[in-house]
Amino acid sequence: MNDAVTLPLSLTSNPRLDLWVRFQDDRTVRVASGKVEMGQGIVTALAQIAAEELDLPLDRVRLLSGSTEHGPDELYTTSSLSVMVSGASIRLVCAEARALLAEQAALRLNCAPADLDVADGAFVRGGEATGLDYWDVASAVDWSQAPTGRAAPKPAAAYRVVGQAVPRADLPAKLTGRGEAFIHDMQPAGMVHARTLRQPGRDAVLQSLDEAALRRASGDPGLRIVRRANFAAFVSGSERAAEKAARFAETHARWAGPRTLSPAMGEGAWLVGRPSDLREIGAPPADTTDAAGTVAATFTRPYIAHASMAPSVALARYDGGTLTIWSHGQGMHPLRKNVAAVLGLDPGRVVCHHRHGPGCYGHNGADDAALDAAIVAVALPGETVRLQWRREEEFAYEPVSPAMSVSVRVAVDADGWPFDWTQEIWAPSHVQRPGTGTGYMLAHEALENPPPPVQATDPPEERGGGGTRNAVPLYRVGAHRIRHHLVLEGPVRTSALRGLGAPVNVFAIEAMMDDLAARAGQDPLAYRLALLDDPRARAVLERTAAMAGWAGRGPGGDGKGLGIAFARYKNMAAYSAVAVAVTVADDVRLDHVWSATDAGLVINPDGARNQLEGGIVQAASFALKEAVKLDGGGIASRDWDAYPILRFSEVPPVDVELIGSADDPALGMGECTVGPTCAAIGNAVAHALGKRICDMPLDRDRIMAALLA
Amino acid sequence: MPIALSINGVFCALPDGMPPDTPLLDILRNTLGLTGTRFGCGLEQCGACMVLVDGRPVQACTAALDSVAGKQITTVEGLAGADGALHPLQKAFLDEQAGQCGYCLSGILVSAKALLDANSSPSRGEIAAALDGNLCRCGSHVRILKAVERAAAAMRAEG
Repeated sequence: MNDAVTLPLSLTSNPRLDLWVRFQDDRTVRVASGKVEMGQGIVTALAQIAAEELDLPLDRVRLLSGSTEHGPDELYTTSSLSVMVSGASIRLVCAEARALLAEQAALRLNCAPADLDVADGAFVRGGEATGLDYWDVASAVDWSQAPTGRAAPKPAAAYRVVGQAVPRADLPAKLTGRGEAFIHDMQPAGMVHARTLRQPGRDAVLQSLDEAALRRASGDPGLRIVRRANFAAFVSGSERAAEKAARFAETHARWAGPRTLSPAMGEGAWLVGRPSDLREIGAPPADTTDAAGTVAATFTRPYIAHASMAPSVALARYDGGTLTIWSHGQGMHPLRKNVAAVLGLDPGRVVCHHRHGPGCYGHNGADDAALDAAIVAVALPGETVRLQWRREEEFAYEPVSPAMSVSVRVAVDADGWPFDWTQEIWAPSHVQRPGTGTGYMLAHEALENPPPPVQATDPPEERGGGGTRNAVPLYRVGAHRIRHHLVLEGPVRTSALRGLGAPVNVFAIEAMMDDLAARAGQDPLAYRLALLDDPRARAVLERTAAMAGWAGRGPGGDGKGLGIAFARYKNMAAYSAVAVAVTVADDVRLDHVWSATDAGLVINPDGARNQLEGGIVQAASFALKEAVKLDGGGIASRDWDAYPILRFSEVPPVDVELIGSADDPALGMGECTVGPTCAAIGNAVAHALGKRICDMPLDRDRIMAALLA
Repeated sequence: MPIALSINGVFCALPDGMPPDTPLLDILRNTLGLTGTRFGCGLEQCGACMVLVDGRPVQACTAALDSVAGKQITTVEGLAGADGALHPLQKAFLDEQAGQCGYCLSGILVSAKALLDANSSPSRGEIAAALDGNLCRCGSHVRILKAVERAAAAMRAEG
């Protein structure tokens, strides 16, 4: 038994074993998690952890994810924390369940629990079957008791299921098209379709909407219109009619006071000097007048969209007492609480079920669509409402990832080593999730009693920060300080996207490392290693460089570039280095990407590699192509032509390796390649051109400008 | 006369009075309950709704009923055999674990089938070109390209 265990927050918040594990009559075990599948393979990894501790084959574990009815509250699925938090909880609970069941079996068999082994859920003593299994004795255990964490989980050396590459359980249905692979595919009997009219900014007031003309345009004379203050939704048995109504409404509704924006407001540079809260973190200001030199540069990125492959959708049904919601949001317990609060319902009468949606990579429109559907369902009791956003609605109204400006100023000594580093950051809020006190679901602002304007806030440093995420290099840079200007009001709603501020901070830090190395006449890799003490950090850099053939790196300046970059995500999760080879003509072609990552114990190595590869490709898309465009009406980039992402013909070969030790604790890794990839591309382009481009995206216009400068 | 569509080798009768401009995607999902073909954008920009019409890849979101009537339509549901045996592409995607969220996969499988039906030994570049009208946001491209190569090899081996 374990002594003095500190339980994960998930267990202290959900202190009943039966919220986590249930032995079912069909000789399976239902293991519940509050964390949800978003394409990252978490359901498979958590099932592996449970199967391991229970000594069960994987096919006896049924993972229930995101249910307010039966599962634990683990808030939102964010920050690469699911294996570290939910996985740690499931590991302790399953170890404890195994111990409690063994105690019961031992009582019946008149032996010591330690005499019993488990094979496929059956108790074995001295190699002989005992005739008892988990399910025989499960009813004798009090599952309402709180987990204590006293049962010691297995040592990593004993793992048989964890650490094995396991195929994703959800993939077959997504490849055959049969069954309800996605929430979008749910078609309960009698379901009606709904679309919304969006309020163009929280201060906009709906002046007029010609409902008769709208019904005619929809083609459904029976079209129903649900209106509350500045919210309107159109409901029909025909999805096409609801869609036509919404299109008509968008072009014909008259609003007073819609927001007006300008293209310049979408640039990172626009943020500098805006009203903000300033936090100074780290070393006090220092006099660096005796420095042998200073190096300074400003790096920016525009707003970035989550750009999920499908617009958000939700289903909702209100029977007069209970409101049931199906959603692909990142947290079902927060959704229950938030919807209940907006609609004035008892949270105990709101049930939320998670269903798979398109990958979201952060906070997209999913929660907003859930409130929209709930508002309509409450207005139409007894009907199951399927509310889907239009594609352009998702692009125009989902919260986007903040634009940022990051200025770095480094003082160097006579030998070219840094001794004083200032990172000055301007960014609006990185997290405006509903229910955190700092964000709302969109339709709430359109109802009769809108909430007060949101107060800008960011995750605290101990959770990795937001705008400040990865703003502290792991290199020995001497005195380090952050000046973080949290911009109080941005032009558009912003919230979490993979990596939060890390892509921009790592882009800036790693560009600076290359430029410092060049100034000192040193190789960029050697310069980094000279300033890096952590052996795990050194190892990923050295391995990545070897994979990329760094020793044969060309002179640069001839259109061929090889760049490298490193970060430990949040300075407390996985270590990752990325090297990128590019050819730059009038735009950037990615020739090859290599990456080594140390995430400690890896539950499902194939799933982990999939996340690393995906993070690299997505970050390459951020760095090379992506920018949300603003104009007078709000977000102007409302389709894939206006918001291009990386295509198949633009994706290079990607080689990834996991080089950590299973003896080290599991480190969150879903986001760890994003910052280093953006930075390695920036460095590779600088190597190819012999000139640094400091503003993302590194698109054709910027390349041409650099070539002509 | 009621309109019928030939989908995955089966004649599917449609309700009387369906407007001739009704998008095929709407018919597949909402009339016939074939939800494997996915709505992504409605603008022929993402490929999530790709189907085969007489063997050619077509985005179902804008393909009007009257343009596909009388033609052979294949959807992702039609790739596996009637006995449930997976198509070599589906097997290869499972073997490579080629996908993350999976929302783009049915459209990609259909585009890849059109390619392999016409070209049994495509190069990596030819595969990428054939899939360029299909977007994937999770970044599963590298595995998807490998999976299509693997399927092509398996189909050649089967003859």
